[in-house]
Amino acid sequence: MFSDKTLREAEEGQKGWEKEVAKAGRQKAEKGRRFSTVSDLEIKSIYTPEDIKDLDFSKDIGYPGVFPFTRGCQPTMYRGREWTFRMFSGMGSAEDTNKRWHHLLKEGETGLSTAFDFPTLMGYDSDSPRARGECGKCGVAIDTLRDFEILTHRIPLDSVTTSMTINPPASILWAMYLAVAEKAGVGWDKIGGTIQNDMLKEFIAQKTFMLPPEPSIRLISDTVEFGTQHVPLWNTISISGYHIREAGSTAIQELAFTLADGIAYVRDVMDRKKLDVDSFAPRLSFFFNSHLDFFEEIAKFRAARRMWAHIMRDRFKAKNPRSWWMRFHTQTAGCSLTAQQPYNNIVRTTTQALAAVMGGTQSLHTNALDETLALPSEFAATIALRTQQILADETGITNTIDPLAGSYFVESLTKLMEEKAWEYINKIDDMGGILAAIDKGFPQMEIADSAYHYQRQVDKGEKVVVGVNKYVVKEKAPPEILKIDEAVEEKQIARLQKVKKERDNRKVAQILNDLRAASRTDKNLMPYVIEAVREYATEQEICDVWREVFGEYRDPGFY
Amino acid sequence: MTNSGRRIRILVAKPGLDGHDRGARVIARAFRDAGFEVVYTGLHQTPEQIVAAALQEDVDLIGLSVLSGAHMYLFKRVLELLKASKADDVMVIGGGIIPEEDVPKLKKLGIKEIFLPGASLDIIVGWVKDNVKPRC
Repeated sequence: MFSDKTLREAEEGQKGWEKEVAKAGRQKAEKGRRFSTVSDLEIKSIYTPEDIKDLDFSKDIGYPGVFPFTRGCQPTMYRGREWTFRMFSGMGSAEDTNKRWHHLLKEGETGLSTAFDFPTLMGYDSDSPRARGECGKCGVAIDTLRDFEILTHRIPLDSVTTSMTINPPASILWAMYLAVAEKAGVGWDKIGGTIQNDMLKEFIAQKTFMLPPEPSIRLISDTVEFGTQHVPLWNTISISGYHIREAGSTAIQELAFTLADGIAYVRDVMDRKKLDVDSFAPRLSFFFNSHLDFFEEIAKFRAARRMWAHIMRDRFKAKNPRSWWMRFHTQTAGCSLTAQQPYNNIVRTTTQALAAVMGGTQSLHTNALDETLALPSEFAATIALRTQQILADETGITNTIDPLAGSYFVESLTKLMEEKAWEYINKIDDMGGILAAIDKGFPQMEIADSAYHYQRQVDKGEKVVVGVNKYVVKEKAPPEILKIDEAVEEKQIARLQKVKKERDNRKVAQILNDLRAASRTDKNLMPYVIEAVREYATEQEICDVWREVFGEYRDPGFY
Repeated sequence: MTNSGRRIRILVAKPGLDGHDRGARVIARAFRDAGFEVVYTGLHQTPEQIVAAALQEDVDLIGLSVLSGAHMYLFKRVLELLKASKADDVMVIGGGIIPEEDVPKLKKLGIKEIFLPGASLDIIVGWVKDNVKPRC
């Protein structure tokens, strides 16, 4: 990166500078403080050419849209198109959520993102005893295609892309989307969106699991194959670090475990489905957290792109440049928000959103100020959306691409993230891959250690949380929060029972039998799932077939 | 720290379908480090399973963690089942994403204490030391 002369001058200059600083009593000024990121990575007082002398401009940094994509995956980035304003939302009934979606679209949201309630996430219908008290509480309740028709009422499926945070039953909710598109006369080649469909991070962090790992991965590979063949604009998987981070990992762990998961999915699709890597890799997508530590996050995003490009080109021998690029969605860090002085959360979310944009995200969810209290109110969700719009339209940050490239600090931190994440990935490779590592509880315990370490630091005041351990005030009344009406459960169960009465139950039973038989073979199950949802089979009826065939996964309860 | 030589035994439990276990696991560790005996149920437990585990493990305290919004139903159900098993001398505390206005309602039902986001581990451990005695 630098001439010998520059490096020599920098080194000599730094020596002289350090003497001066020592003379001026730096130790005293810094009061023996330790300077570290929110992940507790120690940071030096200054960075110089010396710190990035081993970087090669064209090999390691280069240009946006060009290998190794450190600077962004598209050549024009936000000058060509803004990131997608994609607000994660869902609550109560399908009607409630549809209303919120239309509100957000009217206010300038450019992509939809669906939050489901826990019964839906876990593969239970609203009338299951396991669903008592949970219906519509932390997302929208979906039991059958009927709910999905209401959810997507008057949503232009050919122009808006929709993301769905759904994992064990991902194929079922995706099948519902395909079925409503079909009914609306929109071809599968015209619809775009994402299903999260990443079970590995469920076992590691988010913990909405249903089946054991092996059949879970098989269902994912079925969707990847089906999407590759029939729904070319759909991202059939969103390989997610977000939840790993929310569970308490460091930035490096988030990066490493996410990429290790990505490696496992690519390997499985290649081995199980015998698909050419370049046929499906361009539709793989990622999802990261944007936490409080501004530079650490930007470095993480840049390192992630560079690492994935190398993994796809060097490990999997992908030839299509689109297989090398990493596109990702970002959500600001829910776990960083405080119930205390909740309006301060707007500021936290703003800096996190800024880091995501500096890091080159393709789409973004900004948390609402009241999310530590309840699901966002319309008022709070609108401020969160406006936060993105202000960043995009008022601040000038989109004028140039990857503006922090070349910063001694940011480039050095990017390199450090990459090196430390590789150490983890190599270790996981040595264990036999991420599935074996999960079986041993390795990523789970690494995250638990980090979460506990951080909480201890907060308790001791070594890490400041404004309003919690510093600048604490007596609280005024909290803002008005959204409440989910207990009647939602009743109404939802009534609708479900009506659907069950009106559908062709003989046909449903037949299709579920066919699905059961196919599940015991290597056949792709997507066509069976689509057929089942078309006939209004419920989510749980389909999941119960799989529970019967594959068994259930139980939380080993590591702590 | 105990009256009768036995250590305080605590069941840390995650009722319902909620998968948010960061808080529960951090608390379980803090309790263990404080010298209590800890049993962690793991996720996705029904109230019935939680009460059965509490009886089987003969615990003095159950700590429930819910972040999904289903606390009003699930906490109440655990208390009802304890009562039905004549084990309502087992104390129950809770934590998670719980609106402040629900706290008095939960206490009225019989939940001894609710710890909201931001409560430090030391405060929670201190509360247990001050309020919980081994039952035998």
